[in-house]
Amino acid sequence: MAVSRTIETPDIDDLLAVKPTPRKHVLDLDDFSREEIEEVLESARSMKEVLGRDIKKVPALRGKVIVTLFYEASTRTRMSFEEAGKVLSADVINMSASGSSAEKGESLLNTGLTIQAMGIDTIVLRHPHSGAPYLLAQHLNKVSVINAGDGLHAHPTQALLDLYTVQDKLGSGARGSLEGLKVVIVGDVLHSRVARSNIWGFAKMGAKVVLSGPATLMPPDLLRSSKRIARSQFASLVDVDTNLDRAIEGADVVMALRLQKERQNAGFLPSVREYIRRWQITDDRLAKAKPGALVMHPGPMNEGIEISSSIAHGGSSVIEEQVTNGVAVRMALLFQLTTGPGQ
Amino acid sequence: METETILIRRARIIDPSRQLDRVGDLLLGGGEILATGRLGRDRVPDGCRIIKGDGLVASPGFIDLHCHLREPGFEYKETIAAGSRAGAKGGFTTLCCMPNTDPPIDNAAVVEFIHERARHDSLVRILPIGCVTKGRKGHELAEMEELASAGVAAFSDDGDPVYDANLMRLALIYSSDLGLAITNHSQDPSLSCNGVMAEGSVATHLGLDGIPAAAEEAMIARDIALAEATGGRLHVAHLSTAGSVPLVREAKERGLSVTAEVCPHHLTITDQWVLGDKGEAAGAAGGRAYDTSTKVYPPLRSQRDVDALVEALADGTIDCIATDHAPHELSSKQVTYQDAAFGISVLETALGSLLQLVHRRKLSMGAMIDRLTTGPARVLGESYSDLASMQSGTPADIVLFDPEEEWTVDTSEFESKGRNTPLEGTVLKGRVVATFVSGRLVYQGPGLKIEEPHARP
Repeated sequence: MAVSRTIETPDIDDLLAVKPTPRKHVLDLDDFSREEIEEVLESARSMKEVLGRDIKKVPALRGKVIVTLFYEASTRTRMSFEEAGKVLSADVINMSASGSSAEKGESLLNTGLTIQAMGIDTIVLRHPHSGAPYLLAQHLNKVSVINAGDGLHAHPTQALLDLYTVQDKLGSGARGSLEGLKVVIVGDVLHSRVARSNIWGFAKMGAKVVLSGPATLMPPDLLRSSKRIARSQFASLVDVDTNLDRAIEGADVVMALRLQKERQNAGFLPSVREYIRRWQITDDRLAKAKPGALVMHPGPMNEGIEISSSIAHGGSSVIEEQVTNGVAVRMALLFQLTTGPGQ
Repeated sequence: METETILIRRARIIDPSRQLDRVGDLLLGGGEILATGRLGRDRVPDGCRIIKGDGLVASPGFIDLHCHLREPGFEYKETIAAGSRAGAKGGFTTLCCMPNTDPPIDNAAVVEFIHERARHDSLVRILPIGCVTKGRKGHELAEMEELASAGVAAFSDDGDPVYDANLMRLALIYSSDLGLAITNHSQDPSLSCNGVMAEGSVATHLGLDGIPAAAEEAMIARDIALAEATGGRLHVAHLSTAGSVPLVREAKERGLSVTAEVCPHHLTITDQWVLGDKGEAAGAAGGRAYDTSTKVYPPLRSQRDVDALVEALADGTIDCIATDHAPHELSSKQVTYQDAAFGISVLETALGSLLQLVHRRKLSMGAMIDRLTTGPARVLGESYSDLASMQSGTPADIVLFDPEEEWTVDTSEFESKGRNTPLEGTVLKGRVVATFVSGRLVYQGPGLKIEEPHARP
């Protein structure tokens, strides 16, 4: 074919050993089975191979149109989706709330309906309100929706890239099992969509998840001290230990969350100084983890607050690999959706 | 108002004001109740229309102490006309409308406007509730005596609490010689913050800001302390947590003038509905996460709270059921959960929801009717007791319902302008057949069969 003359390598279909289970939307990991997560990670491995080529282009999604619709600032997630779409030959349109009709007061739903009317195949949505992608998924019947982060709720592609990164480094056996690994997530869990999605992801893959951080920044139902609230199924997936020096013992993975400095003003913290003293990931603390433990961060980092500079850029850190793997995982998801049912 | 003579034959007559619960006949005429009991043929007047009451329950019409009719100011959400039709369809003969209108009901002119509107537009009795503070702003007391003279049934800044404790104290003192209750919206905003649903496992799962139970309980505890200190008349609006129950129970045990209401939704559905898990109650209707029709203040809470509220309603700790009917236009609910307006359109589903409790034997039929009639009438005061009675000579405000009829909630058939309910598509058991206000048939359900008048042979 004349159009694809520059493409000298086989298309992605030939690379994929397992075709991922088709699905319409990616809203959260709570409705992914372990098998489906494994399929996505497996197909991301093929995608990463494409990213390593000189000519990073396959025609898999040629003729498909993807919109990234971002109502919040973002660098890596947005660029990562854009690159993922372009490597797969999709056309990618970037749309921000600022400079769009949203500034004129157009509702999210009406913006979504407008995008659908233009024949777009996939919307990648980042929104400050939890559940915003569900609103679009409910009302748009011709478009796939990928959640690129909604409020405090979920960031499923981040969790999948984190799983990929851990599997790549620590996975055991042919299938890269995460069974039995201890994953410690540290910081502002209450306000973290990354933490929520990672809890689902790691728990479904058989890892043990421990949360650590200030009790004021833990969801109240996860704290044992709160006897009034029945512990839920969600709470049954994790342990909480506010003492990081104890929680980190024997950890295979330590994930620091971004601490927003506004939390101090809002009264969640006495001071950032005290947070640093108790919960910063430092060399001393990491020494208590398992030798070879990985340090992760979803970015953007507050270096010197939730993570020390020497750790952030040290030998244990896989933070840059997370970014690389993010592109591969998003390629896998875009491919899965745009070849799914109704397409 | 045109009325006629109507005989309801062989209905189960339940009149909590007389502890009456027996099958009998009910004769209405001249806008009043003429007789209840077994009526021989000789006592049936000429030209009387007859309704067969077999299998139906007849009781005083329901009194709703707490609904939002949105007029004036928010006629795109609801009007007195539409709200009154919804009330009549739900078996309500008296609606107390909250003053969070625009302008708010904080002076006699607005009260008179509502009376005027009600005279022209309403099928049922409308009792406006006046503001506690001017403009509902929480700074200065409204002219409460003028409001009382104009005919308000109680005072409330509902939608917002009277947040300043000293102002609440003064309101309780000032109103104590007016004989009207102060209904406080029990919410400490410094605790509820930006919350949009109940704190707990569902809020954590969905990443929605939680409202702790303490936001309600702290405010109720404060108000009870103020009622005790002042001897004022406190009515607790839409009580919703298990922890609020003992506060009210103990206040009553100490002899304080404290009453409380609970809403049908807080008695029947939980925060699992926000997750889209409607359980067995849903019938054929599937749920979905972040359904904004579940967003209501106070929020839907846990099964433990629901169980405690049902128990407290059954034992009389909670005096009455109020709907907190809060209709909204579609666009204010077709947004993210965080942006969606709080409120559920309740009037037309209240009876069907509440009868679930009766069918499951958690509440007796008599107690349910008491909490919808004599209970709220007691809160309003002695002068309203006739509205909750079937004694001869009282106004013929009557509801006739079939407790066994199953029906599917279809909001496209709502009389209310507000179609915002999580019960859409749900199967309920129990439905109003007819509603009379002052003897006038204001709602006639599809199941109603009337024999046309005929002269006695």
